[in-house]
Amino acid sequence: MTPSTALPERRSRSPQERLIDRLFVRTTLVLAVLTGVLLAFIILVIAWRSLPAVQAFGLNFITGSAWNPVPGREEFGVFPMLYGTLVSSIIALLIAVPLGLGTAIFLSEDFIPSQPRLVISFLVELLAAIPSVVYGLWGIFVLIPLIQPVARWLHANLGWIPLFGTEPVGPGMLPASLVLAIMILPIMTAIAKDSLAALPPELRQASMGLGATRWWTIFRVLIPAAISGIVGGTMLGLGRALGETMAATMLIGNANQFQWSLLAPANTIASLLANQFPEARGIQVSALMYAAVLLMLMTLIVNILAEVIVNRLKAKYE
Amino acid sequence: MVNGASPQGQPVFRVENVNIYYGNFKAVRDVSMTIPKNQVTAFIGPSGCGKSTILRCLNRLNDLIASFRLEGKITYHDKNIYDPDIDPVEVRRKIGMVFQKPNPFPKSIYDNVVYGARVINYKGDLDELVERSLRRAALWDEVKDKLKQSGFSLSGGQQQRLCIARTIAVEPEVVLMDEPCSALDPISTLKVEELMHELKANYTIVIVTHNMQQATRVADMTAFFNAEATPKGGKVGHLVEFDLTKNIFGSPKQQATMDYVSGRFG
Amino acid sequence: MTTATLNPQVAGLIKRPQLRNWVGWVMTGLVGLCALLTIIPLFAVLGFVLVRGISRFSLTLFTQLPPPPGLSGGGFGNAFIGTIIVVLLGTLISVPFGVLTAVYLSEFSSTKAQKEVARWVRFGINVLAGVPSIIAGVFAYGLFVTTGIFGYSAAAAGVALAVLMLPTIVRTTDEALKIVPQEVRWASVGLGASNYYTTLRVVLPAALPSILTGVILAMARAVGDTAALIFTALFSSFWPRGLLEPIATLSVLVYNFATVPFKPQQELAWAASFFLVMLILVASVASRLVIRRQPMR
Repeated sequence: MTPSTALPERRSRSPQERLIDRLFVRTTLVLAVLTGVLLAFIILVIAWRSLPAVQAFGLNFITGSAWNPVPGREEFGVFPMLYGTLVSSIIALLIAVPLGLGTAIFLSEDFIPSQPRLVISFLVELLAAIPSVVYGLWGIFVLIPLIQPVARWLHANLGWIPLFGTEPVGPGMLPASLVLAIMILPIMTAIAKDSLAALPPELRQASMGLGATRWWTIFRVLIPAAISGIVGGTMLGLGRALGETMAATMLIGNANQFQWSLLAPANTIASLLANQFPEARGIQVSALMYAAVLLMLMTLIVNILAEVIVNRLKAKYE
Repeated sequence: MVNGASPQGQPVFRVENVNIYYGNFKAVRDVSMTIPKNQVTAFIGPSGCGKSTILRCLNRLNDLIASFRLEGKITYHDKNIYDPDIDPVEVRRKIGMVFQKPNPFPKSIYDNVVYGARVINYKGDLDELVERSLRRAALWDEVKDKLKQSGFSLSGGQQQRLCIARTIAVEPEVVLMDEPCSALDPISTLKVEELMHELKANYTIVIVTHNMQQATRVADMTAFFNAEATPKGGKVGHLVEFDLTKNIFGSPKQQATMDYVSGRFG
Repeated sequence: MTTATLNPQVAGLIKRPQLRNWVGWVMTGLVGLCALLTIIPLFAVLGFVLVRGISRFSLTLFTQLPPPPGLSGGGFGNAFIGTIIVVLLGTLISVPFGVLTAVYLSEFSSTKAQKEVARWVRFGINVLAGVPSIIAGVFAYGLFVTTGIFGYSAAAAGVALAVLMLPTIVRTTDEALKIVPQEVRWASVGLGASNYYTTLRVVLPAALPSILTGVILAMARAVGDTAALIFTALFSSFWPRGLLEPIATLSVLVYNFATVPFKPQQELAWAASFFLVMLILVASVASRLVIRRQPMR
């Protein structure tokens, strides 16, 4: 680069200026590295605080079902909460995946003009902007009373199935899963829609040009071609559902015991943490940290998988 | 017939006074022509002259564009394919299309070829269909050992021949080709051109091309389209001259055609 | 043209009732229903928050303390101030980290080794973005509360929120810096300006609107977050007394008051929800408008 002649006094820099410049670049590097390793630091802090519980309970912590913080007789096992975390997330996915995929197809095809389509996409994104604690409040006062008759009907008529084997009491796995589904719908819809929209238009033309109908084209060409984005979005949704705290803790009933019934109160790891940390003492703190490590591991694995899958999709069509 | 000699053979398409609009924008005005059976008909002309637009109207692929509107008639064996009682999906099964950019599906070579057969619920032997179609597309020897590999694993020229095999596998009567060689290297182009010569025994071929040499090499009939400026500042395409290829390039009747084919075009 | 003279080639083109048409209509109806079902909860939640929140809404909400159990009246003034304090704390911590990290990522990662560093930092940020907010709370709790450095406090809550805000700020700043035309940098460097001068005086100001948008988005998320605050900020029935004391926030107030059996408290929870939702919706709509406008500049 040729030095400018317009401002000759700037042509050579003073030693102080060089130093400041060096320091500035170094500072950004240090901050970037700190930001990059923050995740590792978080894991480290939580793992470090969980050590006493890891030593005391080992792997029995994962398989055990007792949660007894009474001093002197402490016993901790998170099996019911692990089960509740996984089952509530899976039910949420079972509801949200078809709904989200259907909405994504609706919004990426020209069933309706593009203006209303944009409005609907925007509304779906607004769903993600509502704080989870507000969903929890709404769940308690609106959703639970609303689904109570349905839950009673399920118990009365299908009560022989263990999943509906208990009298519905209000809070439980079912309402929590429903709200989780609502909360993960936006991200799943957005990613599925984006990956469908990113497909080259030639694919659709080729299929229609061969005399395929629109729906044949969607099922046989478009969805298979966009599958990594759809799966990636589903994984991100799963990651959200596993770690979502407020909707779960306000709606699931916080019962630390294992029950097959979806109508019975249950618990998730996230809501266990939210409930017990404020008043936890001694080894109980450590046990909760141990539970947090498990939750962290689950969400990390799911999120890293999602990241890899979505990146692979990007690479394919660039 | 607008200009020149009448084509040999019976007509497949008759285009009658067709105007094409995208929303309020008029893209093509007043095109009339007759496309003969078992011949190669080429559409040539500068960009924006509407030749691809007309081509896509012949199998109603423009229906995929919401703002598209057509006035006039396009008859296929004397039936207007824009009549309300026509099923456009069936039209596309009879009249296949090969696109400018090779566009195999992200599936295996085998699944690409049988895609159309599955669409029409073909009851015959799929393996045999794949071999027959790939042989006709002059691709069999190159891919017979890797039918399970992705269509994307082929070179550009092979992909385009795969797309041709995919199109002829459903036994259409007409194959429309929209600049099928523009993304290919010269050797692949030559192969595709040879293929067209062989295919016209069984199919009627309509090809849009940017390359005038290609038109002289492959086409029996050639239509020259041109674009003219509209008062509103847009461009509208129209048919200038349609005749035997040798007449278009040898003794065109219109000055514009003469200018274009002799390369004196702006 | 009569049907009698139709060429057999054409007969097959005529529309006839077919299974595939029915399947098509049913599928179209189904996906339309999916879209409807997806946006119904939005209106259901907004509707209830609006109806139940607005009836209790008044300016005194912002100036009074919550009533003791059993009594009515009062407001969420302490939680309102508390939310402002913890979110500002989170912003003050995360913005310098986030913006300078993004500056490194987009301005100073040119050599191969630097690019490798940038790739890993970006990966770390992306995974951090998926970390549940309760984990951010557990981190701040483990680092400050259990060690006794801060105890339950606004400060610990600010750190937890900063962890949540950081990925959004890095990503949006990174994107914003990429949009700044290369010529702007060349012009400055060509005049002999140093890296820090070019970055601080030329590049960052040019990207400022988008960076601010990212910061507002991150703050909007922090305002609504609860899980990171429950056991860091805890709660308080009094006015904020300092950064090292437990502090009330709006989101935790909604959580606490949603589960008590007293009507006045529940009403306050709805009113606070209404306020939170309005605040966040306005922020996200406004920032989207700014982002939309960006590429056209």
